[in-house]
Amino acid sequence: MSVQELLIPKPREITTEPRFSDKVFRGVVTTGGLSSLLLLGLIALFLGYRGFEVLRQEGIGFITHADWSISTDDAGNVLESHFGLAAMLVGTILCSLIAVAIALPISVFCALFLNFYAPGWLKKIMVTIIDMMAAFPSILFGIWGFLVLMPSVEYWAKLLHKYLGFMPFFKMQVPFYTRSPFVAGVVLAIMIIPIITSVSREIFSQAPLDRIQAAYALGATRWAMIKAVVIPHGRSGVIGGAMLGLGRAMGETVAVFTVLNIVFQINWQMLLGAGGNVASLIILKFGDASPYEIKALMAAGLVLFAMTLIVNALANLIVRTTGKSGR
Amino acid sequence: MSTTITAVPTKPWQASKRERALDTGIFLAAITTSFLVVALTSMKGKLAYFTIFFIAYALLTSVFKATQRGSAAAKDAFVNSLVAIGAIVTVIPVASILDTVLRKGLPGISFNLFTHDMALATPTDPLNNGGLLHAITGTLTMVAIALFLSVPIGILTALYLTEIKGRFTGPIRFLVQAMSGVPSIVAGLFILSAILYPITKAYSGLMGSLSLTILMIPTIARTSEEVLNLIPNELREAGTALGGTQWRTVAMIVLPAARSGLVTAIILGVARIAGETAPILLLTGGGDKVNPNAFSGPMGSLPYYIWKSFNAGSPEAITRAWAGLLVLVGLVLILFTSARYLGSRKVAK
Repeated sequence: MSVQELLIPKPREITTEPRFSDKVFRGVVTTGGLSSLLLLGLIALFLGYRGFEVLRQEGIGFITHADWSISTDDAGNVLESHFGLAAMLVGTILCSLIAVAIALPISVFCALFLNFYAPGWLKKIMVTIIDMMAAFPSILFGIWGFLVLMPSVEYWAKLLHKYLGFMPFFKMQVPFYTRSPFVAGVVLAIMIIPIITSVSREIFSQAPLDRIQAAYALGATRWAMIKAVVIPHGRSGVIGGAMLGLGRAMGETVAVFTVLNIVFQINWQMLLGAGGNVASLIILKFGDASPYEIKALMAAGLVLFAMTLIVNALANLIVRTTGKSGR
Repeated sequence: MSTTITAVPTKPWQASKRERALDTGIFLAAITTSFLVVALTSMKGKLAYFTIFFIAYALLTSVFKATQRGSAAAKDAFVNSLVAIGAIVTVIPVASILDTVLRKGLPGISFNLFTHDMALATPTDPLNNGGLLHAITGTLTMVAIALFLSVPIGILTALYLTEIKGRFTGPIRFLVQAMSGVPSIVAGLFILSAILYPITKAYSGLMGSLSLTILMIPTIARTSEEVLNLIPNELREAGTALGGTQWRTVAMIVLPAARSGLVTAIILGVARIAGETAPILLLTGGGDKVNPNAFSGPMGSLPYYIWKSFNAGSPEAITRAWAGLLVLVGLVLILFTSARYLGSRKVAK
């Protein structure tokens, strides 16, 4: 009689090691996820690389000087060149600040209306309209702004100058209102209203319900409730939304180009028909630019990229920290 | 004899008839004031009617409420009118834009617009010459290539943020948001400097698509992330409990469950880029002939066509531009509506 051999099954190895298919999956997804990092890095790298020569030659003057000129001989060699973005930067900041100044109050009131005043059906319709407005292409705003809006806005500019001309913003020496930063600012304001409205609406709708009800129970009117509960809760979120709008306004190209008169002179008078805009400068000069000037345009693009990136990053940071903090 | 008494519910929060009549009275008084002021003073125009009506209404209601219920109610009434004005001012531009596009674009729409290109016509020709076939095919080709490139990247990014949640989740979410703020002209300049000048050295539709891809990725990634976050975690747990690997769970449970939401994300991405103009102006060369090959030769597109016609300046050219805008807006609105429709349906279980 032979001893029966017992086959003891070996225990299966227990491991947290993912399977091969999962490793591949994780690898692919992570690579895909990192591509945004890669793309942003490449954008900065290539624009910097192309614009480096001009940036080195002009130094800090690229940001502080206001003349943009290049002269070449017949063979296409550069004889003399001056590239300075100051006028364009001032114009970009001026236009986008005007836009935010106009759009912010309108958007905040509109967001309050949608959250606390409008009946359900009206809210639904208006949210659809505002989202739709955000999807309109910018060339539509540009052409509509030029052909339909501009005559009215020039008239408003005249009124502002006539009745409020004593205020420092509305002062101007030469009465020339056509294609001014103010017009561009109004068009940009219309373009960023949907952004600021939807961010503000989101933030306002997170206002704590128990506090809202407590305010009403204490006999507050609607405005008293908003002032006591909603505004303290949403203030920094609204600021973040405004900065998102500012970032969008600074990078807008075609809409501004159609309604703005580009002049290489630093101009802070918002009603005067002479402005500047970095993005529009690129479109304006690109068509007949020499290779060397293209490099200058790349450097200008890099400056614009850095500006919008900083504004957007700050804005997202602000919006996100408010969203998280709750109350 | 007994009388039946029916209890009529009183609604103390509702405005009484007298109050409602007074409100209407104030409204009418404000309208009358605005007409009177426009007629009697030197202020003229729509703006004057609008402003005076608003000021009169805000003041009258505030004063009225102040006499009835004191200063808190007056402030409340004043803010009521401010809020209403905010909502109205937001809607006016949309109404004006849609109205203008329809009124000015419709005369330029004709059948041969969709069957001819501009190879034998210039923007200033009479309207029955040429059309925008090349622009429509060009836009569709570029959008298709951009879709092909950006959908995988966008959805992979969203999957990383929702399924893997690795070390880079925070930075990537932050960068994707930052990327959605990249100006379109910068995307155009990037393709110009990184690919067009050093490698291909010629305008083509592909270059346009590449820049559109950069603009489209963040939209798709952010919307898909929101959609994937809505998928209940029980589904993922069920997949794992049945012995599925993460790859099988995501591919066979999570993605199919989120299908309609992902389609919405893609459509929103297309709506975002269909009308992008600045990079198209830099990169595609804007041909006037139907060019089915995106890899060589200049390629027309709707924004380029609109831009070119608009800059040509003659009445015919402007009508062409409006007709092009009408087609473009129609396209964007169709995409937008279908995204809304798909997005409003519940996430499939």
